Amino acid sequence: MTDATEMTQEEREATLGGIGCARKRKEDIRFIQGKGNYVDDVKLPGQVFGDFVRSPYAHARIKSIDTEAAKAVPGVLAVLTAADLKPLNLHWMPTLAGDTQAVLADEKVHFQNQEVAFVIGEDRYAVSDGIQAVEVDYEDLPVLVDPKQALAEDAPVLREDVEGKDNVGQGLRTHPNHIFTWDVGDKDATEKAFSSAAVTVKEEIFYQRVHPCPLEPCGCVASMDPIKGELTLYGTFQAPHVVRTVVSLIAGLPEHKIRVIAPDIGGGFGNKVGAYPGYVCATVGTIVLGRPVKWVEGRIDNLSTTAFARDYHMTGELAADSHGRITAIRVHVLADHGAFNAHAQPTKWPAGLFSIVTGSYDIPAAHIEVDGVYTNKAPGGVAYRCSFRVTEASYLIERMVDVLAQKVGLDKAEIRLKNFVTPEQFPYTSCLDWEYDSGDYHTALNKVLEAVDYRGLRREQEEKRRNGELMGIGIATFTEIVGAGPSRNCDILGIGMFDSCEIRIHPTGSAIARLGTKSQGQGHETTYAQILATELGIPSDDITVEEGDTDTAPYGLGTYGSRSTPVAGAAAAQAARKIKAKARKIAAHMLEVGEKDLEWEVDRFKVKGLPEKAATMKEIAFAAYQNLPEGLEPGLEAVNYYDPPNFTYPFGAYLCVVDVDRLTGEVKVRRFYALDDCGTRINPMVIEGQVHGGLTEAFAIAMGQELTFDETGNIQGASFMDYFLPTAVETPVWETDFTVTPSPHHPIGAKGVGESPNVGGVSAFSNAVVDAFAHLGVSHMPMPHTPWRVWKQCAALGIGE
Amino acid sequence: MSKIPVKMTVNGRAVDDLVEPRLLLVHFLREKLNLTGPHVGCETSHCGACTIDLDGMSVKSCTVFAVQAEGAEITTVEGMANADGSLSALQEGFMQEHGLQCGYCTPGMIMRAHRLLQENANPSDEEIRWELSGNLCRCTGYQNIVKAVRYAADKLNAQREAAE
Ligand code: FES
Ligand code: FES
Repeated sequence: MTDATEMTQEEREATLGGIGCARKRKEDIRFIQGKGNYVDDVKLPGQVFGDFVRSPYAHARIKSIDTEAAKAVPGVLAVLTAADLKPLNLHWMPTLAGDTQAVLADEKVHFQNQEVAFVIGEDRYAVSDGIQAVEVDYEDLPVLVDPKQALAEDAPVLREDVEGKDNVGQGLRTHPNHIFTWDVGDKDATEKAFSSAAVTVKEEIFYQRVHPCPLEPCGCVASMDPIKGELTLYGTFQAPHVVRTVVSLIAGLPEHKIRVIAPDIGGGFGNKVGAYPGYVCATVGTIVLGRPVKWVEGRIDNLSTTAFARDYHMTGELAADSHGRITAIRVHVLADHGAFNAHAQPTKWPAGLFSIVTGSYDIPAAHIEVDGVYTNKAPGGVAYRCSFRVTEASYLIERMVDVLAQKVGLDKAEIRLKNFVTPEQFPYTSCLDWEYDSGDYHTALNKVLEAVDYRGLRREQEEKRRNGELMGIGIATFTEIVGAGPSRNCDILGIGMFDSCEIRIHPTGSAIARLGTKSQGQGHETTYAQILATELGIPSDDITVEEGDTDTAPYGLGTYGSRSTPVAGAAAAQAARKIKAKARKIAAHMLEVGEKDLEWEVDRFKVKGLPEKAATMKEIAFAAYQNLPEGLEPGLEAVNYYDPPNFTYPFGAYLCVVDVDRLTGEVKVRRFYALDDCGTRINPMVIEGQVHGGLTEAFAIAMGQELTFDETGNIQGASFMDYFLPTAVETPVWETDFTVTPSPHHPIGAKGVGESPNVGGVSAFSNAVVDAFAHLGVSHMPMPHTPWRVWKQCAALGIGE
Repeated sequence: MSKIPVKMTVNGRAVDDLVEPRLLLVHFLREKLNLTGPHVGCETSHCGACTIDLDGMSVKSCTVFAVQAEGAEITTVEGMANADGSLSALQEGFMQEHGLQCGYCTPGMIMRAHRLLQENANPSDEEIRWELSGNLCRCTGYQNIVKAVRYAADKLNAQREAAE
């Protein structure tokens, strides 16, 4: 074959736009021109709108619902209640956690703003009139918003529908408001370590209820073709294929008659993993009316009803020797799951991956117990930009290490360096049985300490303290566990958490790849193409990446828990390698040599020792459709379903410096330095963007986000008036850095990064705030660190005025 | 509900229609004119996803009735490209500086930044942050949005200088 190009090997490599380059994003071109296609942009012929009548009460019996007046409102087409869904058996739906959830309140409401009736009309305004006209007669019942009170002997029973059931899907129950107990670790060994420890510390650590709050709320458009009997469901789905399976199971429609399309998604952060009543009601609506039905939630609906995160009441304990070497950890969690156990975690894991709680530290013994509890709050419990409760776990351990450091009088960096898993210990099996793939924690932390002149900062802090000023330095050295996951321990509703990629190479050498994941802003169209470019020797600009249409993409479990790169990214590499294996056969045929005589170079197979004899991938692609060795089938395509052998364990070292105004309680973040190690880096620009975004969300959580409830179950602050989303003004400036410790088991060594900054960020902020008060004997302050709360701390210490 | 006639100019095009008096401008733009660039993130004037330019002001179109825009001159992100159809400096800046991720806030951000640069051709980073503080972004952490606006300001200033 001819080698017409005069480019050098390096130039050819650069033209590929492959792994490691800061390629500009392919998806941007439509977004910057207002040509994205989000679910609310979907406009089908004859489309109508639906929305909910919601309960003002958190706990009440529904005595009656009168829909007559609503049905008479001009433009209103139908009003659905639980009674209408009952004959279809759709008034309740299964949750991912084995429980059931009311689609429309059936005799009782269990939380404020719960869905009670669904009004469908010609336009949004007619629907809103119809909602006003629905008359619901409630009898209010005693409300439980505190999980501790929910477990009191004489507490009212919230879920009468499961009263008497000793298991609602995730373990044995001990009380009518109890959902499960999850217990891991070695209780005896842990107790022994505690009883013989030189030092022990204990702290009540509450990780408040927060909400992922993507800028685009959740929604869908359901469209039934009554002639073909086919349902198309557009929606804000982080996991479209799972939605198709769930809809098939719930609605009893054959799965091949359902097409789920996740168009562009305006951020997800976990909020768009679950299945919500709106999806079911819109689907019933289109079946009943024969017209497409759109449901898009409002912001208050979003914050008050679709998947919240956290709400973990944790008691953490560490045992250590007199030098601050940790010997055991014990944690109890009271997990407030709200009215239905509907958290989105791998089904077998009632507390997700919380047992990663030993973090980056080599701790010999651990015992963890989690009790899930029902309360009169919205259901959910998702990974808000974290991999299944890793954030809770990481927050707990990072806080506790600081508490211990203060108790034994060790520097907070030193105690970490002392307890880290060492580089030689990898692959490292934690006492809670996770096999950490790779890491170098010492290098990461030392690099950060040097970059910020840690000693200098501590000296400055000393001085400030002498002058009565408050300055805090927070460190977080987290380890994530992402890329769920190996099907031997991860499934959703029995489906292993693999992911997939299908590649087709066109005759002229360009390609399309489809994957089972779904970007919500992560930039998959850009980054997957880079993986493929490097693997296949085809420029990333010549590779189209598609996701989100279940009719065309191979089955996958979706995007959440930083699983896209670790799982689907691996599938992409593996599928590409299948193509390359076939390409080698074709090249050998073209060049009339044996396969063994060929070697790969950037974008071509060359004959060893005869560098001018080569076949480029472009030439091979064409040959695949006309010039094949005998016995080889035409075409150049491959599919890979990748079941990861293990999770990946990204890690990082973050350092945050704050100044606290003791008179106003205001916390000013002076500096934030984030070093991430996500293994092989596919696109540094995208990684940096992910880190900025994750840190900003962490900042929001640590400094202001909280969904609280009054004693009658009214949700407080479920609008942008109150729920804290930092603007450009409050948001600190971020400094980023990295080390690269590839994952040994991932085909390209990548680990995933999207969630690390949120996991590590929250504890870095919180540790910094507490550190500002450490010299005054304060070991813990509850999040969020709002000025009012921080000022109260100052006042309690007598330094508030 | 009886309908009211409205006339306005949107992205240089004359528009007239009959609308319910309570129809929000954002719904008019999105659903009647099929200009889906302006997004709805809250409907309460907080997020800025629906920001458009109305008679030389940044306006949150979720909190304006369509009838209030009678006679107005409106630009949405769809009208932001240069006259020759090429990307405007701001659009280019967002792409070059990775100023967007999910893209949901982007049309509003671009429209707000456009007005800002009309009023202040050379804003400092602090000024950019302050002037964009009515627009929320959940993805980027703002740092690259600030850079994107800076990029556009520098490019436009260089062009102006070259023209002088
Ligand atoms: S939708 Fe208009 S400000 Fe949020
Ligand atoms: S890019 Fe997603 S909200 Fe700004």
